[in-house]
Amino acid sequence: MRLSEEVKQIFCEVAELTEIPAGAYNFRVNGKSVGRQSSENIDIKPKTDVSGLEIYIKADTKNEIVHIPVAISVTGIEEDVYNDFHIGDNSDVTIVAGCGIYNCGGENSVHNGIHRFFIGKNCKVKYIERHLGLGRGAGGKILNPTTELEVGENSEATLYMEQLKGVDSTIRITKANLAKDAHIVVEERLLTHGRQTAESVYQIELGEDSTADINSRAVARDISRQKFASCIVGNSRCRGHSACDAILMEDASVLAEPALDAKSPDAALIHEAAIGKIAGDEIIKLCSLGLTEAEAESKIINGFLK
Amino acid sequence: MLEVKNISFVADGRKILDNVSFRLEPGSFLVITGPNGSGKSTLAQILMGIKKPSAGQILFDSQDITEFSVTERAKLGLAFAFQQPVKFKGLTVRELLEIAGKNVEGVLTKVGLDPTEYLDRELSSTLSGGELKRIEIASALAREAKLTIFDEPEAGIDLWSFEKLTDTFSELRDQTKDRSIMIISHQERILKIADQIMILEKGKIKSFGPATEILPKILEGQK
Ligand SMILES: Nc1ncnc2c1ncn2[C@@H]1O[C@H](COP(=O)(O)OP(=O)(O)OP(=O)(O)O)[C@@H](O)[C@H]1O
Ligand SMILES: [Mg+2]
Repeated sequence: MRLSEEVKQIFCEVAELTEIPAGAYNFRVNGKSVGRQSSENIDIKPKTDVSGLEIYIKADTKNEIVHIPVAISVTGIEEDVYNDFHIGDNSDVTIVAGCGIYNCGGENSVHNGIHRFFIGKNCKVKYIERHLGLGRGAGGKILNPTTELEVGENSEATLYMEQLKGVDSTIRITKANLAKDAHIVVEERLLTHGRQTAESVYQIELGEDSTADINSRAVARDISRQKFASCIVGNSRCRGHSACDAILMEDASVLAEPALDAKSPDAALIHEAAIGKIAGDEIIKLCSLGLTEAEAESKIINGFLK
Repeated sequence: MLEVKNISFVADGRKILDNVSFRLEPGSFLVITGPNGSGKSTLAQILMGIKKPSAGQILFDSQDITEFSVTERAKLGLAFAFQQPVKFKGLTVRELLEIAGKNVEGVLTKVGLDPTEYLDRELSSTLSGGELKRIEIASALAREAKLTIFDEPEAGIDLWSFEKLTDTFSELRDQTKDRSIMIISHQERILKIADQIMILEKGKIKSFGPATEILPKILEGQK
């Protein structure tokens, strides 16, 4: 497999890959699969009707990782990719997705990744998705991820989703349906700068005794614009918590629209939202320890987005 | 080492500090006390550069630092433990203390916190008020500064830890010849370990001198 330097950089940043990983993987570069491997427990097949993959993870698969990074390094590509994950009962697996666009040209490059998870019973699934834009072309780097999860009984899904630079426009949709005793934890980290826009939408349906914990931390710089909209629906006895924390810098703006929909008196739902500048006392405290204002600011932002 | 000359601070047309002047020699251990609202924290914040005085001058090691930023003063050897500890979402105790200085574990132990238990905690509301306050004090200790100012270090700290803290302050006084300590406090135990005491009242120095002279007067006044 020969990869260009740009693609190597993307795979390194979005999936922490510096070599071919052990286990199952699929590398997608500029609209084509350039390398694919299944493992004993994890079978990766291309879809026949649309672009994308069917990923079958056998029941009782433990401690395995699937890597499915995507890179676009040319201008003017626009793709819709559908990846379905079928995860058997009692599995404990990590899925590393992520997409980077290197656009040096004048046309938009767009990746719309639609990931659907069908998670069985008693599973532990960790999903890591990093998005990145590189290259100084005038063409847009646009990433629109949709993540849909069916979380089975007594299963736990943990999502870590990060987009820290270079993506001009994004609409991120995360939908989850939780069965009895299922859990979902989401950690989202977003940074927008320049004229970028980002929109993050959550729709979480909670079943009996299930829990959801959604944490979105965002930094908006320059004249960028972000929107956060979440809806947690409590259909029976359940617990749901979402927090949207945003730091505004320069002339950026953030709109938070959290919604809670309790359809049962036993649904306990909480939302916290806080939007504002970096607190002045945080900067002063770090300056009193010897940092300059600029150093203090970047410490605070980097810590916040960790 | 420190010379404060005719410092005044006016806010909303009110004189919060009124022509305050005093000198500190290297190795001083000064405790500032006085009623709520008398201007103690304001004075400390002016020394650290957090507030700008309306008039007056501050010399540190004979250098005029009146116009210096907080960062510049920190680099010259001033440190400050805030009355209200600052919280940080995303920064751990270790990260804060590593910015402050090298002896990260040592300073935590000095304020009565077990490093293994606290170093990786986030500096957020998941820590109790007293824990945050002790970490704030530790961050100032870690600076090993020429002049360290503690603003009401006793606030929110339980009795046992407070005793340990006064021991830490006494040790500091005994161990260092050239470093100075300034503590704002209402506590008799702290006043008792002071070398010098200043009483601020309505923005003016009411008395300033050796603890042996001032402390009996304060204790007398409380009767
Ligand atoms: N920026 C400001 N604007 C208006 N008033 C102020 C300002 N800063 C301080 N003050 C007032 O100055 C006075 C002194 O405040 P300061 O915090 O220095 O008191 P203190 O002696 O530290 O009191 P305490 O013992 O309660 O901590 C108070 O009356 C306070 O309300
Ligand atoms: Mg005060």
